[in-house]
Amino acid sequence: MIHLNTFAIRAIYHFEMARWFRTLTQSVAAPVISTSLYFVVFGAAIGARMGDIDGIAYGAFIIPGLVMLSLLSESISNASFGIYMPKWSGTIYEVLSAPVSAVEIVIGYVGAAATKSILLGVLILATARLFVAYEIAHPLWMLAFLLLTAVTFSLFGFVIGVWADSWEKLQVVPLMIVTPLAFLGGSFYSISMLPPIWQKIALLNPVVYLISGFRWSFYGVADVGVGVSLAMIALFMALCLGGIAWIFRTGYKIKN
Amino acid sequence: MQSIISVQGLNKVYATGFQALKNIDLEIRRGEIFALLGPNGAGKTTLINIVCGIVNPGEGTVRVDGHDIRSDFRAARAAIGLVPQELFTDAFESVWATVSFSRGLFGKPRDDARVEKVLRDLSLWDKRHDRIMTLSGGMKRRVMIAKALAHEPSVLFLDEPSAGVDVELRRDMWAMVRRLRESGVTIILTTHYIEEAEEMADRIGVIHKGALIVVEDKATLMQKLGKKQLTLQLQQPLAGIPDELRAHPLELSADGLELVYTFDTQTEQTGIAALLRRLTEHGIDFKSLSSSESSLEDIFVNLLRTRA
Repeated sequence: MIHLNTFAIRAIYHFEMARWFRTLTQSVAAPVISTSLYFVVFGAAIGARMGDIDGIAYGAFIIPGLVMLSLLSESISNASFGIYMPKWSGTIYEVLSAPVSAVEIVIGYVGAAATKSILLGVLILATARLFVAYEIAHPLWMLAFLLLTAVTFSLFGFVIGVWADSWEKLQVVPLMIVTPLAFLGGSFYSISMLPPIWQKIALLNPVVYLISGFRWSFYGVADVGVGVSLAMIALFMALCLGGIAWIFRTGYKIKN
Repeated sequence: MQSIISVQGLNKVYATGFQALKNIDLEIRRGEIFALLGPNGAGKTTLINIVCGIVNPGEGTVRVDGHDIRSDFRAARAAIGLVPQELFTDAFESVWATVSFSRGLFGKPRDDARVEKVLRDLSLWDKRHDRIMTLSGGMKRRVMIAKALAHEPSVLFLDEPSAGVDVELRRDMWAMVRRLRESGVTIILTTHYIEEAEEMADRIGVIHKGALIVVEDKATLMQKLGKKQLTLQLQQPLAGIPDELRAHPLELSADGLELVYTFDTQTEQTGIAALLRRLTEHGIDFKSLSSSESSLEDIFVNLLRTRA
């Protein structure tokens, strides 16, 4: 029988969520405002002068990509900060000495990080409604993509948080890799608008599959098949889980 | 008496190749206060961290209350509370939140009454809503202890509990440790303050360069390895120890006014009477005499010196 220390999972989860609620200005207001600016500028202002893409008004077209952009960066930063902070302050000793398994630690930290980014994603979607009209064709799939992406990138953030041994390193991957990939992954355009060679190169960008699938759940149109998007998310999730399993098996950067 | 912690053949080699522990065998008795002494880098903290799950063990086995720390880590760790040497705290959390967090982390359901008792016992109740960052160093140390006790452990590790705390807090902690022992908690402490071990411990272990060189009841250790000295303040200075007295273990001070006789506490005949007779025979008068016994610190230093 699988035994889970649910009290420990709850303790870690609540601890992480409490910090989030304590810093709402920084953790919620800042990303909502900055994403809303995109809606104002590209949706309400410039968007009105731009043509439709795949039959969708430009302002509405960019919503899934922008939500995904926030979701990726928030999932990574929440999860990486969550595990890096106790490493940095030394309080990780308590987690390591507690009767908790790797699975429980990951559920606690990653669960809290994913919850935060999902709440933020929903809040951004609701805020977008104030500026741009949009519809959600497949709401359940939209929630599924939201959940899968949040969990997967929170797992990725957990790996980064363990790997990082300085605040600078903590920022390197999200700023230097994830944000450019998200911008080039079709947040503001359809891949089909690129020259053929760049369309092929763009397919090497994993974020393309996330945005494409997420956009499909809104408008029923996608750059790549929905099944391919799901498979890519599953693959990335499997890679992250494999990385985390290796971390706990070897004690990499958390245990001598 | 049944051991609550059993360490057998434990080794630890770090990735750098440094061997921190060498074939450690150690049995900690249930309900005792055990002091682990050793110089910096001797392996004390490595040993504690392995038992607590913070450092991966090398070869050997460690059992806590009968539970293997690898195969049955949950039960083993649930029995342990750890107060590390450094003040690792969640600076922005309140005292209440951080202590409650520790209880949950160790698999215990919420119990406000228990947390309140721990905080009151450690004089932290009035500070329960304060953020940890606003507390003094001594108060932070109390918070660390409260966190370690929140899940009602049967074994408490105190790694250098007196480091950086004032005399008052140290006395408070000693009193708290005694109360815990009376309630059945086994205490293992490492300390640089030999006085602390001498004051509190039932048994002493000395670790040096990764090897456990002595484990003994404190009283037995002091009796076995301790020495007594008789110091005689002479009326007239001596130029040297007379040849007839050289058979006795005597030392003469540089000014020739103090004669120190070292004797074994274990033997029935200390030789004092014979020495005093011979001094009289040689016309050596003394103004006063006093005796002293080695402290645990003397024993500790001697042990390390002989192993160096």
